[in-house]
Amino acid sequence: MLQNDLGRKLWIAALLAPALVIVLLFVIVPIASAFLYAFYSWRGLARADFIGLENFRLVLFGEPFGTWTFNALRNNLIVFTSLMVVQNGTAFLIAFVLLKSLPGHRFHQVAIFLPVILSSVIVGAMWKLFLNPFFGLVNQGLIAVGLQSWAQPWLGQPQTALGSIIFVNAWHWVGFPALLFLAGMQRISKDVIDAARLDGAGDMALMRHVIWPLVAPATTVVVILTFIGSMNWFEMPFVMAGIDGTPAGATDVLGLYFYRTAFGSATGGLQDFGRASALAVLMFLVIAIVSVFWTRALRRRELPE
Amino acid sequence: MSAAIPDGRPVAADGPIKVWMIQAFLIFNSILMLYPIVIVVLSGFKSTAEIYSTPFSLPASFEPKNLVTIWEQTRFPRYLLNSLIVTVSSVTTILVVGTLAAYALARYRFRGNELIYLFFLSGLMVPLKLAIIPLFIQLTSLGLIDTQLGLILVYTAMGLPSAIFILTGFLRTLPFELEESARIDGASEGRIMWSIMLPLARPAMVIAGIHNAVPIWNDFFFPLVMVQTDRLKTLPQGLTIFMGEYNTEWGVLFAGLTLAALPITIVYMALSRQFISGLTHGAVK
Repeated sequence: MLQNDLGRKLWIAALLAPALVIVLLFVIVPIASAFLYAFYSWRGLARADFIGLENFRLVLFGEPFGTWTFNALRNNLIVFTSLMVVQNGTAFLIAFVLLKSLPGHRFHQVAIFLPVILSSVIVGAMWKLFLNPFFGLVNQGLIAVGLQSWAQPWLGQPQTALGSIIFVNAWHWVGFPALLFLAGMQRISKDVIDAARLDGAGDMALMRHVIWPLVAPATTVVVILTFIGSMNWFEMPFVMAGIDGTPAGATDVLGLYFYRTAFGSATGGLQDFGRASALAVLMFLVIAIVSVFWTRALRRRELPE
Repeated sequence: MSAAIPDGRPVAADGPIKVWMIQAFLIFNSILMLYPIVIVVLSGFKSTAEIYSTPFSLPASFEPKNLVTIWEQTRFPRYLLNSLIVTVSSVTTILVVGTLAAYALARYRFRGNELIYLFFLSGLMVPLKLAIIPLFIQLTSLGLIDTQLGLILVYTAMGLPSAIFILTGFLRTLPFELEESARIDGASEGRIMWSIMLPLARPAMVIAGIHNAVPIWNDFFFPLVMVQTDRLKTLPQGLTIFMGEYNTEWGVLFAGLTLAALPITIVYMALSRQFISGLTHGAVK
């Protein structure tokens, strides 16, 4: 019996060991190391002296690093708020009309989700061609319908560059929150909706007083995922505007800035693993703290089932 | 949607004008989503001059000249193959290793079960990109930087938490009577797992597989940092190089974008339901 028990333990251990080892080695250890590395000065790939909080001081208050950090952070926050309104607002509206299950709703679901499955590189590259000032589809289209004065170098001027990339990002991802909202709305009991209808609720009242509060769990997930995505934003601005956040830092976000600090760039100078690790730790903390507290606050909106 | 109350009056059914307006909105939206992709495909058949002069019209001919140029003169086929190798190997490893762990967590009661489950769950939300510096140093010291194995290991580690979450949740729902009766018949634990339980877990494996395959296939960040050798590069990474090399030949660029989007789009068309539930899984309870 004892041998049998030992055999069972070994069997369970054998099932769990590979997954534990891989996650430990390639997720837990690197994350923990990132925290450690931020307290050292670095010479290339080699760790040098322990310097306490110096990297954090440089990243937050040193010049010019502090200015860069807060410029990038400001852009990340612009990205987050814009996506909440443009991408997720549209998604909510689309989910609401998809919920009516009119003829063709399956097709519309598949269509809106198509860009979601494509790589950011493909989506970014195609829209970069579309937004080309001379031969791009967008300006050509504006000229064709007589709006010459609207045609402009979308990605080439600071006033429109970030907004253009945010629009492309919304185009790329809108299907994701839309179908999350739809799934959330479909979970609402039909009786509740029918009762509201019987009380004479129109679409607006239904949306505001029944669907919006009851779809809260999906909203929580969408807000948190959008926040994490906006703080980690990297691939889309990298493909569309380049590693330096051109023009003039207008599209610089923490992800790009972190990458430049870690691995250097043609114009951004030498790499510095110390400062980059400090940035990574700060980003990690902001994401973790905001996500946890926000999830709690948003969960309070959700009704107990 | 038009439930009737007892006196037969339909309740808040949408009138025909409203239905028509909603349909118009949905169709407009689908055009907004699909038209740019159609333009990419059509432009791939055009010459650069044709794209500049008549961007919205159909191509003069559907001869796949640009596609042939790409296939014969660039490393595109190699990038495609690399993406396939990395994605298939990563997803297979995630499913094998993840299913084993999920099976232990879902089907056996033992001390530490809950703790190990939470350990894996904590990996769900971790943005691993932020740990790229330690990963880079670690893989360099293991001799795994600039190798496909290095990429596969990172992707596996990144994918395991979600796979374990999805598979454990599913395996817990299977009835315990099945394995009890097999156990009484004297079947070994391995036999029970392999012949009785795992065949039942196939739907969850499909979901977990797609949930991980799409982000891995599309990933750009890790190859960007980890792979320098050109013949090892993956498709999204190769595409950025190619976009730079051919930046004046728009016909070739659009053909390249078409070709890069084609494989996953075909699979998506065939399995759209599984894709949607696979990618949104875990986000909705």
